[in-house]
Amino acid sequence: MPYEAEIREVETDVLILGGGMSGCGAAVEASYWAKPLGLKVTLVDKAAIDRSGAVAMGLSAINTYLGMSGRATYGQWRPEDFVKYVRTDLMGIIREDLVYDIGRHVDSTVHLFEKWGLPIWKDKDGKYIREGPWQIMINGESYKVIVAEAAKSALGMDNIYERVMITHLLTDDNDPNRVCGAVGFSVREDVFYVFKAKAVICAMGGAVHVFRPRSTGEGLGRAWYPPWNSGSTYALMAQVGAELTCMDVRFVPARYKDGYGPVGAWFLLFKSKATNAYGEEYMVTRKAEVEKFQPYGSMQPMPTCLRNHAMLLDMKEGKGPIYMRTPEAIKALAEEIPDEKERKKKFKELESEAWEDFLDMTISQALLWAAMNIDPAEEPSEIMPAEPYFIGSHAGASGAWVCGPSDLMPDEYKDAFPAHYNRMTTVMGLFTCGDGAGASGHKFSSGSFTEGRIAAKAAVRFARDHKDYTPAVSEDRIMKLRELVYRPLNLFEEHKGATTRPDVNPNYIRPKMFMFRLQKMMCEYCGGAFTYYTTSEKMLLHLLKLLQFLKEDSEKLAAEDLHELMRCWENIHRMWVAEAHARTILARKETRYPGYVYRSDYPDLDDANWRKFVNVRYNPQSDEWEVIERPYVQLVPE
Amino acid sequence: MPSYVNPEKCDGCKALDKTACQYICPNDLMVLDKATEKAYNREPEMCWECYNCVKICPQQAIEVRGYADFVPLGASVTPLRGSDSIMWTVKFRNGTIKRFKFPIRTTPEGSIQAHEGFPEAKPEDLDSELLFSEPDTLEVEFPTLNK
Repeated sequence: MPYEAEIREVETDVLILGGGMSGCGAAVEASYWAKPLGLKVTLVDKAAIDRSGAVAMGLSAINTYLGMSGRATYGQWRPEDFVKYVRTDLMGIIREDLVYDIGRHVDSTVHLFEKWGLPIWKDKDGKYIREGPWQIMINGESYKVIVAEAAKSALGMDNIYERVMITHLLTDDNDPNRVCGAVGFSVREDVFYVFKAKAVICAMGGAVHVFRPRSTGEGLGRAWYPPWNSGSTYALMAQVGAELTCMDVRFVPARYKDGYGPVGAWFLLFKSKATNAYGEEYMVTRKAEVEKFQPYGSMQPMPTCLRNHAMLLDMKEGKGPIYMRTPEAIKALAEEIPDEKERKKKFKELESEAWEDFLDMTISQALLWAAMNIDPAEEPSEIMPAEPYFIGSHAGASGAWVCGPSDLMPDEYKDAFPAHYNRMTTVMGLFTCGDGAGASGHKFSSGSFTEGRIAAKAAVRFARDHKDYTPAVSEDRIMKLRELVYRPLNLFEEHKGATTRPDVNPNYIRPKMFMFRLQKMMCEYCGGAFTYYTTSEKMLLHLLKLLQFLKEDSEKLAAEDLHELMRCWENIHRMWVAEAHARTILARKETRYPGYVYRSDYPDLDDANWRKFVNVRYNPQSDEWEVIERPYVQLVPE
Repeated sequence: MPSYVNPEKCDGCKALDKTACQYICPNDLMVLDKATEKAYNREPEMCWECYNCVKICPQQAIEVRGYADFVPLGASVTPLRGSDSIMWTVKFRNGTIKRFKFPIRTTPEGSIQAHEGFPEAKPEDLDSELLFSEPDTLEVEFPTLNK
């Protein structure tokens, strides 16, 4: 008996896929503008929005706050300053129109967060306490709960669908370059959802577990970014032919080893240094090697990938473990306070701040320190670069090639888009934000929410301008999609009796092994952590061969229940991210991001030939990928 | 197995219409065993140890045992989340105990109305670059760039 779920159709005007930081920002903004126009806004999440997305656990800082109105203890930056900072960190190639746009709006978002109830640390004069030049400290355990509450108040629970895994976007029967909805399944009941909309905002986060993680046992789940971010944003947009950019600009976070606890507060707030096992500061001893990557190797603050690079040079020479020198940092802070009583009081505060940094956002790190009896005043803690992640909002830049704001986007970019709406992709009606919008890193949580707002306002405008549009999707396509989506359940039922152990069966592959296969090939051939992030044309071509087998075998994925069906589709989405990534690295014939990824056959940075965007596009009609080069346009002078 | 359920304490959320841990888990890991009426983590190696099940459990039946492939045994981290603050008890392997209390929000739960305090949208403003709370929440003149 083939598995048949009830089809539930939802018609809306603006469809938001994903309820994380950017999805909630989109919900708050879209509902505001939609109301007087009588337009409907709908949000779908595969989890519960109170605790979904990358901020599900909480955060200890807001990493993007310009302080334009002078609210912070120091740093009253302009969007131009933000552009320069992001441009340096991302090795000279960013979309300056998009980054400027985030910068000019982000403070207004942070002020809303405070109004809604997010506790922001303040000094005695009521100024926001900065962690570093761009960051402010928060008591962020409930950050996502607060933001979700705002989104719920704006949309109403009737317009929020939780526990629905989106598997595909819908394109219009009459126009393959027009997105008009999405389909997916409930992970809780036998319901296949068909959402039809005038505008769709794809905001389902970044991608984790594409590469083999350093912890492969129980600690598999302790990824730095959450394991539920399965690359759906990139995969869904790629499948309908949206152009992707910077898919080679992965992020490799160097964090406390294994627990992946944050290092920002220790580096920036407590002024700690990192050294190799012999006490040598690799940022000092490796200066000449880092400076080979000019001009970025001499810029300050040092780009994140180059800091990784210096650390990796020491690790390769066997000079690890690499340590965060917490005792020296604490001692230096102590010496600033001669009075013993005052010093004790200050220490109590510092200890609480250091633990809160972990407990707000990476509780595992607190548990690991407790399990290892670590007193940071007495012994240093190990740090290490993690496995690669895809994240458009941090010190990475993967995502779609999107339209910028009308007053800022350079003319050179205009031809790529079928119409000009801020944050619309190269596909009509398809918008993205947060981890989904590429070439514009360093948004973090506040910038992602902000970009959700920007995309949502443009999406409402798009829906208004296309108010007479009705999605055309034939009944036949819906039925075929339903069959495809539930195929893993049917495959399992059909063949489970063929062996005495359901895990081992020649007729199918279960999603966990499928994921391990992807992670293994990516790690070994595409510059994973275990090859010191190194790859080459030969290795990439071999990988693409292995990926082809995997793609074919994805049709043999099997699932025992709805939960495992979700895993099947998550891993299919990861596979798409892997291919876009590999093809982009293959096309960029230089090493621009040492510390993230190395081309052994092109080990140098080549600004003369490669200071440009390398984009990839899957053509759904021909089933082929193409590489599209786009110029880098500088808007803000050095 | 990152989060685990104490069978002595778990009552399967009989008083609620759905189990709290199953409702909240961002990775769809917590399920109710229909036979025993106890919850369990069905995929511990996919657990992020986000503690959302621990925080939400009305019976305080859920705890976390650190990832067995790198965390030595014997430590625990236990939250007690209230409406405006959270208390943490960190127990070290060597028996040391540390306690911390942090604020979590400054407004009553359920009180947020996202658009409160701002005028209703004017359809003609849809074409400007300003977002809904702006320029008020921006507190400066809206920046642009001379291209």
